Amino acid sequence: MSTAQADPVSDDASHGEHGHDHDHPAFLAHHFDTPEQQFDSGKLGIWLFLVTEVLFFSGMFVAYAIFRNLRPDVFVGSSEFLNTKLGAINTGVLLFSSLTMAWAVRCSQTGEHKKLTGMLAATLSCSMVFLGVKAIEYSHKWGMGLLPAGTFFYDPANPHPTTDQLETLGFTSGTAFFLHNSLYFLCAPFLIVLLGVVAWLILSIVKGNKFQTACAMPLTIVCLSFFGGVGLGVILESGSEEGHGAAHDVAGHHGEGVAHSDAVPSVIDDGKVAAPALNDDASETSVLERLATDSTNTGLMSDVAARQAQASVASGAVVRGDDTNFEGGISEASANVLTQRQAGKFFSIYYCMTGVHAIHILGGIAVLVWLLIRSVRQDFNSRYFGPVDYVGLYWHLVDLIWIYLFPLLYLIR
Amino acid sequence: MSSGSIPPGSVVKDPGFPTKQENYLTNSKGILSWMFTLDHKRIGVMYLVGVSLAFLFAGILALLIRYHLMEPDGKLFKGANANNMYNQLFTLHGAVMVFLFIIPSIPAALGNFLVPVMLGAKDVAFPRLNLASFYLWCAGAIFFVAALFGTGLDTGWTFYTPYSTTTDTSVIAATMGAFILGFSSIFTGLNFIVTINTMRPPGMTWFRMPLFLWATYATSIIQVLATPVLGITLLLLIAERTLHIGIFDPEFNGDPVTYQHFFWFYSHPAVYIMILPAFGIISDLIAVHSHKRIFGYRFIAYSSIAIALLGFLVWGHHMFTAGMSPMTTIIFSALTFTVSVPSAIKVFNWLATMYKGSISLTTPMCFALAFIFLFTIGGLTGLHLGTLATDMHLHDTYFVVAHFHYVMVGGTLVAFLGGVFHWWPKMFGKMYSEAGGRLSSLIIFIGFNLTFLPQFVLGSRGMPRRYATYDPEFAYLHQMSTYGAMLLGIGLLTALVVLLHSLFRGKDAPANPWGAATLEWQCTSPPPFYNFERAPVVGDPYDFSKIEWDSENERYVTVEPERETVPEEKPAIQPAH
Repeated sequence: MSTAQADPVSDDASHGEHGHDHDHPAFLAHHFDTPEQQFDSGKLGIWLFLVTEVLFFSGMFVAYAIFRNLRPDVFVGSSEFLNTKLGAINTGVLLFSSLTMAWAVRCSQTGEHKKLTGMLAATLSCSMVFLGVKAIEYSHKWGMGLLPAGTFFYDPANPHPTTDQLETLGFTSGTAFFLHNSLYFLCAPFLIVLLGVVAWLILSIVKGNKFQTACAMPLTIVCLSFFGGVGLGVILESGSEEGHGAAHDVAGHHGEGVAHSDAVPSVIDDGKVAAPALNDDASETSVLERLATDSTNTGLMSDVAARQAQASVASGAVVRGDDTNFEGGISEASANVLTQRQAGKFFSIYYCMTGVHAIHILGGIAVLVWLLIRSVRQDFNSRYFGPVDYVGLYWHLVDLIWIYLFPLLYLIR
Repeated sequence: MSSGSIPPGSVVKDPGFPTKQENYLTNSKGILSWMFTLDHKRIGVMYLVGVSLAFLFAGILALLIRYHLMEPDGKLFKGANANNMYNQLFTLHGAVMVFLFIIPSIPAALGNFLVPVMLGAKDVAFPRLNLASFYLWCAGAIFFVAALFGTGLDTGWTFYTPYSTTTDTSVIAATMGAFILGFSSIFTGLNFIVTINTMRPPGMTWFRMPLFLWATYATSIIQVLATPVLGITLLLLIAERTLHIGIFDPEFNGDPVTYQHFFWFYSHPAVYIMILPAFGIISDLIAVHSHKRIFGYRFIAYSSIAIALLGFLVWGHHMFTAGMSPMTTIIFSALTFTVSVPSAIKVFNWLATMYKGSISLTTPMCFALAFIFLFTIGGLTGLHLGTLATDMHLHDTYFVVAHFHYVMVGGTLVAFLGGVFHWWPKMFGKMYSEAGGRLSSLIIFIGFNLTFLPQFVLGSRGMPRRYATYDPEFAYLHQMSTYGAMLLGIGLLTALVVLLHSLFRGKDAPANPWGAATLEWQCTSPPPFYNFERAPVVGDPYDFSKIEWDSENERYVTVEPERETVPEEKPAIQPAH
């Protein structure tokens, strides 16, 4: 691999006579005839990969469209809980990282090795800030119980339950501890990586290995950026803690207001939330029941049993709610919005989409670190910059997906 | 025509036999030289072994299913747990066959070996990615085995919700396996698209590609476009089971029919991932063994692409009874019929190719003829299921089972076997026993029809699929089917024995044993590890006029009229400058 190191002199010399040299440079894989063929293959490959990525996300966008169409009020109401400021900052951070990434591609083409390393480090730092802010957002919501439908337990009357209260909700003490202190759990892996990189830096300085020092130095800054992002998130999240966005406030008041009249739809028994029964279903069931009295028809009997069990479990609220007045935010939304099956569904989709996006950010970080080390080794030059270009395209796509996620999740009220 | 002898005064072109250092099978030794190989041919051979093992495993499961159905009350499993056992049996049979065998069989095993050689290239565009997809396939297989030895799997290969979110069997392990196999499939498809786009040799325009490459290209498009949707669907299903996200689970206001839409958006195009490469193989086999130019080349090529694209618009026909709106079902039904047009174009072109050809009834040709017969039945019975009224009656009966087995087994498996027999001399450099090969194709053909023709009758008489027991009136048809399955098993075993026998006792294969004109037959059998010194200049892949039978050496050779080179001499008139 180290043979790929380019000699800057021959690099400049070959610059003028593209495509006419029949030598097989070290960076050219044996099965390609020309560097152009190699570059074109890689480029087509990465574009196809991006197509698969778009389709991968498409499933979740379709799910979003279906369920938002079914209950727009739920989406608008639940979206109040997302911190627009943090979302906007993350959008800005990612946009800026796209700029530095594009700049990095340019640097690799012009052979400015130092600047390339710097630009890659800047891109990496931005991605770390993004993850830091995301960690704040996630942990804050987990503590409040704004979780996917299965575990959703947000209670407007008590938005910040203690671990003891969590245990009364049916969580094990371990899970309750995790939910209460999730920020520390999210930061721990990054802290370990930071310590590792710092140790590597010190070791490389002590050993006098210049290459390793040159790699570890920018990576230390990159790891520190995560905690920069966390700090930024803490300040902004606590700044809005008193008001806590419109959501917390109104939701809280709403909760208090109704709590006195004992009508608050608690999370635990939201199965009781009124469900408009479908007449068709009822009549169909009665016919089936009559048919099932034939004792030989075991299949139909178990079918009827299953239908009855399902009817007793399901709230039936898949059907569109009566109220279409969702203009006024969460305080105006109907009482049964803040339940597992309604707001919980919104947060399911929120976590799926942002979670898969965050996994892509992590993947991007992995390949960017690989590029950074290769850039310190000065692998790239005007005739061989494919990998930087391909990773750049991938990074722009990850950025672009966030550009869609931000308005669809944060800005719908 | 190619059946004559070599005309006097012509030059014979034949690469001869490879040396041990050149032969890709022997040029480096040791298990590690295989495990870390980047050579597409070795990866293809490893895939061939892998998918064959998966097929053997799932085939044994199929025989167990049929054995159980010998008696109305079930012969194999008795007692309270019998139904559960049966459910796990057919689920694993389906899931392993679909995800581990049929989808990777032709594209990954034969495609990996053939695509670069047919292109005169040294390798696929991304050799490391290629090896990675093989190991992803292995990882997926391990997950399936884990599901088997865990608590089993009883959802059917489709993992339909809400059952898959409530059953206590290893749904997560199996879906994880399918998810990983999906990525294996995506990377293979991506690799082939890039390879075919950027690495074609000089002279090979799009319309001078062998039709197998067209079919592979169309398949790869589907793999790249459809598989990611399956990936996210399975990921959401795993999230549904672990976190209860409520997208598919009705207990949390989810919609199970959404799952079916998501699933079939992949899995219907996946049906064409299974059958399109088979079309490619048959197109090549029919032309080569009829020694006649393929009829309607462009129509076959375009119809592959048309099937690939139309295949994305018809997924709803799996869900006619799932509660879609009547309007939607009508649209999906109409779109379904359009797919039959390009499929029929192909069948007519194959028949027209054979017409007045000089057909050699070699083993691959026997399989190709069986394919046309069986695929036509499979395709035509599909129309009954695409028609709304008849589908209401036939949905979830044995008619469906018989239909897709005619396409998947009678189509894909038979074409796969034909392809393996056709390219076996190229892959391993050995000729197999022709008599044994033909015998196996005959047994497979009879055994297959005996297995699945009765199932059409069973289905139209109302026998539902996936039942462990049945009314005694269906007994003789079920027994017929079981005997057929055993015969089919014997046929497949014969084919395996014939092929394995050739490895040890077979004659060395000449470079071009069938008289084909595509590039892979212009290098030695087996090819050298570098395939071609430099990319050969290519002409028409279906021009057999220059290929003659050399009866002395029992091989086909490319013959060119002897040309005298112009002697080097000074031009008579000096140029004026």
